[in-house]
Amino acid sequence: MQDYFIIIVSAVLINNIVLSQFLGICPFVGVSKKLGAALGMGAAVTFVLVLAGGLTWAIQTYMLNPFNIGYLQTIAFILVIASLVQFVEMVIRKFSPALYKSLGVYLPLITTNCAVLGVAILNIQKEFSLLQALVFSLSHAIGFTLALVLMAGIRERLEDADTPKCMRGMPIALVTAALMSMSFLGFSGLV
Amino acid sequence: MSLMNEFTKGIVKENPLFRLVLGTCPALAITTSVENGLGMGAAFTAVLLASNIVISAMRKIIPDSVRIPAYIVIIASFVTMIDLAMHAYTPDLYKSLGIFIPLIVVNCIILGRAEAFANRNSVVPSVFDALGMGLGFTLALVLVCTFREVLGAGTFLGHTILPESKAAILMILPPGGFVTLGCMLGFLNKVQSKTA
Repeated sequence: MQDYFIIIVSAVLINNIVLSQFLGICPFVGVSKKLGAALGMGAAVTFVLVLAGGLTWAIQTYMLNPFNIGYLQTIAFILVIASLVQFVEMVIRKFSPALYKSLGVYLPLITTNCAVLGVAILNIQKEFSLLQALVFSLSHAIGFTLALVLMAGIRERLEDADTPKCMRGMPIALVTAALMSMSFLGFSGLV
Repeated sequence: MSLMNEFTKGIVKENPLFRLVLGTCPALAITTSVENGLGMGAAFTAVLLASNIVISAMRKIIPDSVRIPAYIVIIASFVTMIDLAMHAYTPDLYKSLGIFIPLIVVNCIILGRAEAFANRNSVVPSVFDALGMGLGFTLALVLVCTFREVLGAGTFLGHTILPESKAAILMILPPGGFVTLGCMLGFLNKVQSKTA
Protein backbone atom coordinates (compact mmCIF):
# COMPACT_ATOMS: atom_id res chain seq x y z
CA MET A 1 0.00 0.00 0.00
CA GLN A 2 2.81 2.35 0.93
CA ASP A 3 4.44 1.72 -2.45
CA TYR A 4 1.37 3.01 -4.23
CA PHE A 5 1.19 6.06 -2.04
CA ILE A 6 4.80 6.90 -2.83
CA ILE A 7 4.16 6.43 -6.55
CA ILE A 8 1.18 8.78 -6.41
CA VAL A 9 2.83 11.54 -4.37
CA SER A 10 6.03 11.50 -6.36
CA ALA A 11 4.26 11.47 -9.72
CA VAL A 12 1.76 14.21 -8.91
CA LEU A 13 3.93 16.60 -6.94
CA ILE A 14 7.63 15.81 -6.89
CA ASN A 15 8.27 14.59 -10.41
CA ASN A 16 5.40 16.49 -11.94
CA ILE A 17 5.28 15.41 -15.56
CA VAL A 18 5.13 18.92 -17.01
CA LEU A 19 7.05 21.01 -14.52
CA SER A 20 9.95 18.74 -13.78
CA GLN A 21 10.05 16.09 -16.51
CA PHE A 22 9.19 18.39 -19.43
CA LEU A 23 6.74 16.02 -21.07
CA GLY A 24 3.65 17.46 -22.69
CA ILE A 25 4.87 21.06 -22.90
CA CYS A 26 3.04 21.72 -26.18
CA PRO A 27 -0.50 21.29 -24.79
CA PHE A 28 0.67 22.86 -21.54
CA VAL A 29 1.38 26.20 -23.20
CA GLY A 30 -1.07 25.71 -26.08
CA VAL A 31 -4.29 24.87 -24.24
CA SER A 32 -3.82 26.77 -20.99
CA LYS A 33 -5.44 30.06 -21.96
CA LYS A 34 -8.92 29.20 -20.68
CA LEU A 35 -9.80 27.25 -17.56
CA GLY A 36 -12.57 25.23 -19.24
CA ALA A 37 -10.36 24.14 -22.10
CA ALA A 38 -7.61 23.17 -19.67
CA LEU A 39 -10.01 20.93 -17.74
CA GLY A 40 -11.21 19.33 -20.99
CA MET A 41 -7.67 18.64 -22.14
CA GLY A 42 -6.79 17.26 -18.72
CA ALA A 43 -9.74 14.88 -18.81
CA ALA A 44 -8.94 13.69 -22.33
CA VAL A 45 -5.28 13.10 -21.46
CA THR A 46 -6.18 11.25 -18.26
CA PHE A 47 -8.49 8.96 -20.19
CA VAL A 48 -5.99 8.14 -22.92
CA LEU A 49 -2.96 7.98 -20.65
CA VAL A 50 -4.46 5.34 -18.34
CA LEU A 51 -5.79 3.24 -21.24
CA ALA A 52 -2.51 3.52 -23.12
CA GLY A 53 -0.51 2.74 -19.98
CA GLY A 54 -2.38 -0.53 -19.46
CA LEU A 55 -2.40 -1.50 -23.12
CA THR A 56 1.28 -0.83 -23.78
CA TRP A 57 2.17 -2.70 -20.60
CA ALA A 58 0.24 -5.73 -21.88
CA ILE A 59 1.90 -5.50 -25.28
CA GLN A 60 5.36 -5.31 -23.77
CA THR A 61 4.71 -8.22 -21.39
CA TYR A 62 2.78 -10.57 -23.63
CA MET A 63 4.11 -9.77 -27.11
CA LEU A 64 7.46 -7.98 -27.17
CA ASN A 65 9.12 -9.81 -24.27
CA PRO A 66 8.18 -13.45 -25.11
CA PHE A 67 9.24 -13.05 -28.75
CA ASN A 68 12.34 -11.08 -27.79
CA ILE A 69 11.54 -8.15 -30.05
CA GLY A 70 11.95 -5.40 -27.47
CA TYR A 71 13.63 -3.18 -30.06
CA LEU A 72 10.24 -2.73 -31.75
CA GLN A 73 9.00 -0.94 -28.63
CA THR A 74 8.94 2.58 -30.07
CA ILE A 75 7.13 1.57 -33.26
CA ALA A 76 4.65 -0.70 -31.47
CA PHE A 77 3.82 1.86 -28.78
CA ILE A 78 3.30 4.83 -31.09
CA LEU A 79 1.02 2.75 -33.35
CA VAL A 80 -0.99 1.51 -30.37
CA ILE A 81 -1.35 5.04 -29.03
CA ALA A 82 -2.33 6.49 -32.42
CA SER A 83 -4.98 3.84 -33.02
CA LEU A 84 -6.18 4.01 -29.43
CA VAL A 85 -6.77 7.73 -29.77
CA GLN A 86 -8.75 7.14 -32.96
CA PHE A 87 -10.74 4.37 -31.32
CA VAL A 88 -11.51 6.38 -28.19
CA GLU A 89 -12.63 9.24 -30.39
CA MET A 90 -15.09 7.00 -32.26
CA VAL A 91 -16.44 5.36 -29.09
CA ILE A 92 -17.01 8.67 -27.34
CA ARG A 93 -18.69 10.11 -30.43
CA LYS A 94 -21.07 7.14 -30.53
CA PHE A 95 -21.97 6.84 -26.88
CA SER A 96 -21.64 10.31 -25.41
CA PRO A 97 -22.05 13.11 -27.92
CA ALA A 98 -21.98 15.67 -25.10
CA LEU A 99 -18.56 14.52 -23.88
CA TYR A 100 -17.36 14.29 -27.47
CA LYS A 101 -18.33 17.88 -28.05
CA SER A 102 -16.37 19.09 -25.06
CA LEU A 103 -13.30 16.91 -25.69
CA GLY A 104 -13.57 16.77 -29.48
CA VAL A 105 -10.83 19.17 -30.50
CA TYR A 106 -8.29 17.89 -28.01
CA LEU A 107 -8.51 14.18 -28.71
CA PRO A 108 -6.56 14.07 -32.00
CA LEU A 109 -3.88 16.29 -30.46
CA ILE A 110 -3.10 13.67 -27.86
CA THR A 111 -1.38 11.35 -30.35
CA THR A 112 1.53 13.75 -30.62
CA ASN A 113 1.52 14.49 -26.90
CA CYS A 114 4.85 13.17 -25.71
CA ALA A 115 3.43 12.68 -22.22
CA VAL A 116 1.50 9.60 -23.37
CA LEU A 117 4.41 7.85 -25.07
CA GLY A 118 6.78 9.04 -22.36
CA VAL A 119 4.76 7.54 -19.51
CA ALA A 120 4.25 4.30 -21.48
CA ILE A 121 8.03 3.93 -21.87
CA LEU A 122 8.70 4.91 -18.24
CA ASN A 123 6.24 2.22 -17.09
CA ILE A 124 8.36 -0.39 -18.83
CA GLN A 125 11.71 1.07 -17.75
CA LYS A 126 10.68 1.00 -14.11
CA GLU A 127 9.55 -2.64 -14.45
CA PHE A 128 6.16 -2.06 -12.88
CA SER A 129 3.40 -4.64 -12.40
CA LEU A 130 0.12 -3.96 -14.22
CA LEU A 131 -1.53 -2.35 -11.21
CA GLN A 132 1.53 -0.22 -10.50
CA ALA A 133 1.63 0.84 -14.15
CA LEU A 134 -2.01 1.88 -14.03
CA VAL A 135 -1.53 3.84 -10.80
CA PHE A 136 1.63 5.44 -12.22
CA SER A 137 -0.19 6.48 -15.41
CA LEU A 138 -3.18 7.82 -13.50
CA SER A 139 -1.09 9.86 -11.11
CA HIS A 140 0.95 11.34 -13.94
CA ALA A 141 -2.29 12.27 -15.66
CA ILE A 142 -3.51 13.93 -12.47
CA GLY A 143 -0.23 15.81 -12.23
CA PHE A 144 -0.62 16.97 -15.83
CA THR A 145 -4.19 18.16 -15.20
CA LEU A 146 -3.11 19.92 -12.01
CA ALA A 147 -0.31 21.82 -13.74
CA LEU A 148 -2.55 22.68 -16.69
CA VAL A 149 -5.40 23.97 -14.53
CA LEU A 150 -3.09 26.02 -12.28
CA MET A 151 -1.43 27.49 -15.34
CA ALA A 152 -4.80 28.35 -16.91
CA GLY A 153 -5.87 30.09 -13.71
CA ILE A 154 -2.72 32.21 -13.72
CA ARG A 155 -2.91 32.99 -17.41
CA GLU A 156 -6.50 34.17 -17.22
CA ARG A 157 -5.29 36.84 -14.82
CA LEU A 158 -2.16 37.49 -16.83
CA GLU A 159 -4.35 38.63 -19.71
CA ASP A 160 -5.23 41.75 -17.74
CA ALA A 161 -1.74 42.35 -16.42
CA ASP A 162 0.50 44.97 -17.94
CA THR A 163 3.25 42.81 -19.42
CA PRO A 164 5.91 44.28 -21.76
CA LYS A 165 4.85 43.89 -25.37
CA CYS A 166 7.70 41.62 -26.39
CA MET A 167 6.98 39.20 -23.53
CA ARG A 168 3.29 38.71 -24.30
CA GLY A 169 2.03 35.21 -25.09
CA MET A 170 4.58 32.42 -25.20
CA PRO A 171 7.54 34.10 -23.42
CA ILE A 172 5.62 35.17 -20.33
CA ALA A 173 3.89 31.78 -20.21
CA LEU A 174 7.29 30.09 -20.03
CA VAL A 175 8.53 32.45 -17.32
CA THR A 176 5.32 31.75 -15.36
CA ALA A 177 5.95 28.05 -15.78
CA ALA A 178 9.45 28.57 -14.41
CA LEU A 179 8.04 30.14 -11.25
CA MET A 180 5.54 27.30 -10.88
CA SER A 181 8.24 24.75 -11.42
CA MET A 182 10.35 26.47 -8.77
CA SER A 183 7.53 26.22 -6.26
CA PHE A 184 7.06 22.54 -7.14
CA LEU A 185 10.75 22.03 -6.32
CA GLY A 186 9.69 22.68 -2.74
CA PHE A 187 7.92 19.33 -2.69
CA SER A 188 11.13 17.45 -3.39
CA GLY A 189 11.80 16.59 0.23
CA LEU A 190 8.38 15.00 0.64
CA VAL A 191 9.22 11.33 0.06
CA MET B 1 12.89 28.84 -54.81
CA SER B 2 16.55 27.99 -54.89
CA LEU B 3 18.01 25.12 -52.90
CA MET B 4 20.08 27.56 -50.86
CA ASN B 5 16.85 29.24 -49.85
CA GLU B 6 15.37 25.93 -48.64
CA PHE B 7 18.50 25.41 -46.60
CA THR B 8 18.77 28.82 -44.94
CA LYS B 9 15.10 29.32 -44.11
CA GLY B 10 15.27 26.69 -41.35
CA ILE B 11 18.18 28.41 -39.69
CA VAL B 12 16.83 31.92 -39.25
CA LYS B 13 13.50 32.80 -40.84
CA GLU B 14 11.61 29.65 -39.88
CA ASN B 15 13.79 28.42 -37.04
CA PRO B 16 11.74 25.55 -35.61
CA LEU B 17 12.41 26.36 -31.97
CA PHE B 18 12.61 30.14 -31.87
CA ARG B 19 10.19 31.16 -34.63
CA LEU B 20 7.71 28.30 -34.84
CA VAL B 21 8.06 27.28 -31.15
CA LEU B 22 7.91 23.58 -31.94
CA GLY B 23 9.83 20.80 -30.24
CA THR B 24 9.86 22.57 -26.90
CA CYS B 25 9.89 19.38 -24.82
CA PRO B 26 13.43 18.23 -25.71
CA ALA B 27 14.56 21.87 -25.86
CA LEU B 28 13.70 22.28 -22.19
CA ALA B 29 14.55 18.86 -20.88
CA ILE B 30 17.97 17.97 -22.26
CA THR B 31 19.53 21.43 -22.52
CA THR B 32 21.46 21.14 -19.27
CA SER B 33 24.82 20.79 -21.03
CA VAL B 34 26.17 21.74 -24.45
CA GLU B 35 27.18 18.15 -25.11
CA ASN B 36 23.58 16.98 -24.67
CA GLY B 37 22.39 19.71 -27.00
CA LEU B 38 24.83 18.69 -29.73
CA GLY B 39 23.93 15.01 -29.33
CA MET B 40 20.21 15.67 -29.42
CA GLY B 41 20.60 17.98 -32.41
CA ALA B 42 22.61 15.37 -34.31
CA ALA B 43 20.13 12.56 -33.56
CA PHE B 44 17.24 14.81 -34.49
CA THR B 45 18.84 15.93 -37.76
CA ALA B 46 19.63 12.34 -38.74
CA VAL B 47 16.03 11.24 -38.18
CA LEU B 48 14.62 14.28 -39.98
CA LEU B 49 16.95 13.82 -42.95
CA ALA B 50 16.18 10.11 -43.34
CA SER B 51 12.43 10.52 -42.91
CA ASN B 52 12.29 13.50 -45.29
CA ILE B 53 14.15 11.49 -47.96
CA VAL B 54 11.94 8.41 -47.66
CA ILE B 55 8.68 10.33 -47.41
CA SER B 56 9.46 12.58 -50.38
CA ALA B 57 10.53 9.55 -52.44
CA MET B 58 7.34 7.67 -51.56
CA ARG B 59 4.94 10.60 -51.67
CA LYS B 60 3.18 9.36 -54.83
CA ILE B 61 2.84 5.79 -53.50
CA ILE B 62 1.38 6.50 -50.07
CA PRO B 63 -2.42 7.00 -50.33
CA ASP B 64 -3.55 10.33 -48.95
CA SER B 65 -6.00 8.88 -46.42
CA VAL B 66 -3.39 6.83 -44.53
CA ARG B 67 -0.50 9.22 -44.88
CA ILE B 68 -0.23 10.22 -41.19
CA PRO B 69 0.05 6.61 -39.87
CA ALA B 70 2.49 5.86 -42.70
CA TYR B 71 4.66 8.84 -41.76
CA ILE B 72 4.61 7.84 -38.10
CA VAL B 73 5.78 4.31 -38.93
CA ILE B 74 8.59 5.64 -41.14
CA ILE B 75 9.72 8.12 -38.49
CA ALA B 76 9.46 5.52 -35.71
CA SER B 77 11.65 3.10 -37.69
CA PHE B 78 14.42 5.67 -38.07
CA VAL B 79 14.14 6.68 -34.42
CA THR B 80 14.58 3.03 -33.44
CA MET B 81 17.71 2.81 -35.62
CA ILE B 82 19.20 5.95 -34.05
CA ASP B 83 18.25 4.69 -30.62
CA LEU B 84 20.08 1.39 -31.14
CA ALA B 85 23.07 3.08 -32.77
CA MET B 86 23.46 5.57 -29.93
CA HIS B 87 23.08 2.83 -27.36
CA ALA B 88 25.96 0.99 -29.01
CA TYR B 89 28.39 3.80 -29.86
CA THR B 90 27.71 6.65 -27.42
CA PRO B 91 26.49 4.96 -24.21
CA ASP B 92 27.13 8.00 -22.00
CA LEU B 93 25.18 10.35 -24.22
CA TYR B 94 22.47 7.70 -24.54
CA LYS B 95 22.16 7.62 -20.78
CA SER B 96 21.95 11.37 -20.31
CA LEU B 97 19.41 11.89 -23.12
CA GLY B 98 17.44 8.90 -21.83
CA ILE B 99 13.77 8.80 -22.68
CA PHE B 100 14.05 11.77 -25.04
CA ILE B 101 15.63 9.66 -27.80
CA PRO B 102 12.55 7.44 -28.34
CA LEU B 103 10.47 10.58 -27.88
CA ILE B 104 11.93 12.07 -31.08
CA VAL B 105 9.04 10.12 -32.66
CA VAL B 106 6.50 12.55 -31.29
CA ASN B 107 8.59 15.64 -32.00
CA CYS B 108 6.14 17.85 -33.86
CA ILE B 109 8.86 19.32 -36.10
CA ILE B 110 9.53 16.03 -37.90
CA LEU B 111 5.89 15.21 -38.59
CA GLY B 112 5.35 18.87 -39.44
CA ARG B 113 8.12 18.87 -42.08
CA ALA B 114 6.80 15.59 -43.51
CA GLU B 115 3.34 17.04 -43.87
CA ALA B 116 4.29 20.55 -44.92
CA PHE B 117 7.33 19.93 -47.11
CA ALA B 118 8.41 16.37 -47.97
CA ASN B 119 4.83 15.56 -48.92
CA ARG B 120 4.88 18.12 -51.76
CA ASN B 121 8.48 18.27 -52.90
CA SER B 122 10.94 15.93 -54.55
CA VAL B 123 13.91 14.35 -52.83
CA VAL B 124 16.62 16.99 -53.41
CA PRO B 125 14.77 20.02 -51.96
CA SER B 126 13.60 17.81 -49.08
CA VAL B 127 17.22 17.00 -48.25
CA PHE B 128 18.09 20.69 -48.08
CA ASP B 129 14.98 21.43 -46.08
CA ALA B 130 15.85 18.71 -43.56
CA LEU B 131 19.47 19.87 -43.26
CA GLY B 132 18.43 23.49 -42.73
CA MET B 133 15.75 22.65 -40.18
CA GLY B 134 18.05 20.22 -38.39
CA LEU B 135 20.86 22.75 -38.24
CA GLY B 136 18.48 25.47 -37.09
CA PHE B 137 17.13 23.27 -34.30
CA THR B 138 20.64 22.19 -33.27
CA LEU B 139 21.87 25.80 -33.16
CA ALA B 140 18.86 26.82 -31.09
CA LEU B 141 19.44 23.92 -28.68
CA VAL B 142 23.13 24.76 -28.33
CA LEU B 143 22.30 28.40 -27.63
CA VAL B 144 19.90 27.43 -24.83
CA CYS B 145 22.44 24.89 -23.53
CA THR B 146 25.24 27.45 -23.49
CA PHE B 147 23.28 29.82 -21.28
CA ARG B 148 22.20 27.08 -18.94
CA GLU B 149 25.52 25.30 -18.67
CA VAL B 150 27.62 28.43 -18.20
CA LEU B 151 25.26 29.99 -15.66
CA GLY B 152 24.18 26.79 -13.94
CA ALA B 153 27.32 24.68 -13.77
CA GLY B 154 29.97 27.26 -14.62
CA THR B 155 31.34 25.14 -17.44
CA PHE B 156 31.26 25.05 -21.23
CA LEU B 157 31.63 21.62 -22.82
CA GLY B 158 33.19 20.50 -19.55
CA HIS B 159 35.74 23.35 -19.34
CA THR B 160 35.40 25.49 -16.23
CA ILE B 161 34.54 29.12 -16.95
CA LEU B 162 33.02 30.38 -13.74
CA PRO B 163 34.21 29.28 -10.28
CA GLU B 164 31.80 26.78 -8.82
CA SER B 165 30.74 29.08 -5.99
CA LYS B 166 29.43 31.59 -8.55
CA ALA B 167 27.28 29.11 -10.46
CA ALA B 168 23.52 29.27 -9.93
CA ILE B 169 22.49 25.63 -9.78
CA LEU B 170 18.89 26.66 -10.40
CA MET B 171 19.70 27.17 -14.08
CA ILE B 172 20.30 23.49 -14.70
CA LEU B 173 17.25 22.52 -12.66
CA PRO B 174 13.85 22.51 -14.42
CA PRO B 175 12.94 26.17 -13.68
CA GLY B 176 16.12 27.33 -15.43
CA GLY B 177 14.95 25.74 -18.66
CA PHE B 178 11.65 27.57 -18.63
CA VAL B 179 13.23 30.90 -17.71
CA THR B 180 15.97 30.67 -20.36
CA LEU B 181 13.64 29.77 -23.22
CA GLY B 182 11.03 32.32 -22.12
CA CYS B 183 13.55 35.17 -21.93
CA MET B 184 15.12 34.20 -25.25
CA LEU B 185 11.77 34.24 -27.02
CA GLY B 186 10.99 37.60 -25.44
CA PHE B 187 14.37 39.00 -26.49
CA LEU B 188 13.89 37.77 -30.07
CA ASN B 189 10.45 39.40 -30.19
CA LYS B 190 12.02 42.66 -29.04
CA VAL B 191 14.77 42.48 -31.67
CA GLN B 192 12.25 41.67 -34.36
CA SER B 193 9.92 44.53 -33.47
CA LYS B 194 12.88 46.93 -33.63
CA THR B 195 14.11 45.79 -37.04
CA ALA B 196 10.67 45.46 -38.62
